[in-house]
Amino acid sequence: MESFFKRLSALSATTILLILTSIFVVLFLYAKPAIKEYGLKFLIDPRWDVVVSSAPNNVKMTTSSLNQNTINIENGTIPTDSDLDIPTDNDIGDSSVDIPADNDLAIGGGSSSNTKVIYGGLIPIVGTILSTILAMVFAVPVAMGIAVFLSEIAPPFISKPVGVAIELLAAIPSIIYGMWGLFYFGPFISHIFGGGSVSLLVAGLVLGIMIIPFMASLTRDSMNTTPDVLKESAYAIGATKFEVIKDVIFPYAKKGIIGSMILALGRALGETMAVAFVIGGVFSFPHKLTDPTVSIPVVLANNFAESSGMSLNALFYLALILFLISFIVISFAKFYFLRDKK
Amino acid sequence: MRFLINKVVLFLSTIAAILGLVFLFWILITLTIKGLGAINTHIFTNDLVNNGLRNLLVGQFVLALIAVLIGVPIGVIGGIYLQEYSFGNKYAEIIRNLSDVMMSAPSIVIGTFVYAVIVNPVGHMNGWAIMMIPIVLRTTDDMLSLVPKELREAGVAIGAPKYKVIFDIVIKAAKVGIMTGLLLAFARIIGETAPLLFTSGNNEYFTLDLNHEFPSLTVAIYNLATMPDKSLVDIAWAGAFILTVFVLLINLLGRYIVKEKKKC
Repeated sequence: MESFFKRLSALSATTILLILTSIFVVLFLYAKPAIKEYGLKFLIDPRWDVVVSSAPNNVKMTTSSLNQNTINIENGTIPTDSDLDIPTDNDIGDSSVDIPADNDLAIGGGSSSNTKVIYGGLIPIVGTILSTILAMVFAVPVAMGIAVFLSEIAPPFISKPVGVAIELLAAIPSIIYGMWGLFYFGPFISHIFGGGSVSLLVAGLVLGIMIIPFMASLTRDSMNTTPDVLKESAYAIGATKFEVIKDVIFPYAKKGIIGSMILALGRALGETMAVAFVIGGVFSFPHKLTDPTVSIPVVLANNFAESSGMSLNALFYLALILFLISFIVISFAKFYFLRDKK
Repeated sequence: MRFLINKVVLFLSTIAAILGLVFLFWILITLTIKGLGAINTHIFTNDLVNNGLRNLLVGQFVLALIAVLIGVPIGVIGGIYLQEYSFGNKYAEIIRNLSDVMMSAPSIVIGTFVYAVIVNPVGHMNGWAIMMIPIVLRTTDDMLSLVPKELREAGVAIGAPKYKVIFDIVIKAAKVGIMTGLLLAFARIIGETAPLLFTSGNNEYFTLDLNHEFPSLTVAIYNLATMPDKSLVDIAWAGAFILTVFVLLINLLGRYIVKEKKKC
């Protein structure tokens, strides 16, 4: 009994390891056809689900080359399947390549022998990173402000209920933030900054608002660990509140604060529902902040159910990339900043 | 000058706090107004086909229950291992760190994983269980670490085998803490949408058959809220409101338990 239970418990603990590694392995296996097909170019190719002729010189689908394309097909002079030699560096985002917003358009195009469907992850990757950066730029100052306010400025009768409220807000499901963003915040932002009510800007801000409570309560907790003696001795030699915050509390709580930021960053990176409502889900580069675009989780959420074959593999490739990014960010936070917290 | 800077900074941080709070309360207020406006008895007695939420509420609850049934035993027993059997070795440290990493892994990636492993070959399933394991594991681990060493030693001293010490002494001492952790883990997963999107899906009809697409409140909210029909959007608001109230109540309950425990 004793040894049985010991083994059982060790096994349960090992499940974590097993699940984590099998997530890696499974995602990799499912993504493998796409990885083989597109390689690392996937990371810098902005076209998603675009049908192109396999001939490299016909990639640009301007009218002239389209005509040429047709002629070529008629004459049967299409070059053989040459390994995806697509000029990725000549600013395809602006070029005339037609990126269909509606993914259903091109499904089945890959079956034809002289055309193939290209999947490239650049736009969702860029969308993910940009929306996360926007969220952080917006959320960090506000969350710091809230934390400073709660731990140093507000009297207890304000900071206690507000602190509890902030912690409760951190527990609200992200889909609520998304809905609110779609119906209230998006129109509000487009009223001020122009553009549509779904855009990169709205997505970034909604994400930011979503991670504020999380970041603020973690930051406040680590600021509250500063011993009162340190603060009091600084006040005693005549420091102002700001100087105490800047020179005593921040250095003392630095690790915790940076750790909370990185955890919030990881959360913003992988967030699906809050973003899915407001980013627009359009495969195009955002030239302005108010343009709609797409992010990796949103691509997965919107396209996964209808996908099969190569498009499914490409989605798994994206999922693998997202998992790797968040894995790296979180481990970095854990091992570098939160290492000696105990 | 120093005092001026001080004043400016304090002012700015207060403004930031107010700004953040304004947004957050804006969300809560719209949610309450929209949600309360759309809630009526019709919603609780009809399924989604008839513009009600009954099957979704039941479905969401059943899904959460399944996640609990799978996630809790593994998590709790794994936590026991980390605290009681590992003796602080390296392996336990690695598991701890990995479960922290997994806790913050994107939930949609968990969804794709479950899809690949279970849904694709077998059939519909929900992705919450996997999300729940690391949370439960870590809370159990933390709660057991709070149990005083002397209690264990007392148990061992009277000749009890280790598993008996664990079940009769350590778990009992940490019971409240573990329960609170479970409650909070429950509150966290029940609001998740992404792992369900393509694993359990959604269903308009009442069903308890897990082999089919299963009704889910959060997925339905997502689908309904993006519909052009305003009455459907209102149902989504009602669902969102119910979900939020439920999650917040569980959180408050967890806080209350922690507070009560501190009092004793």
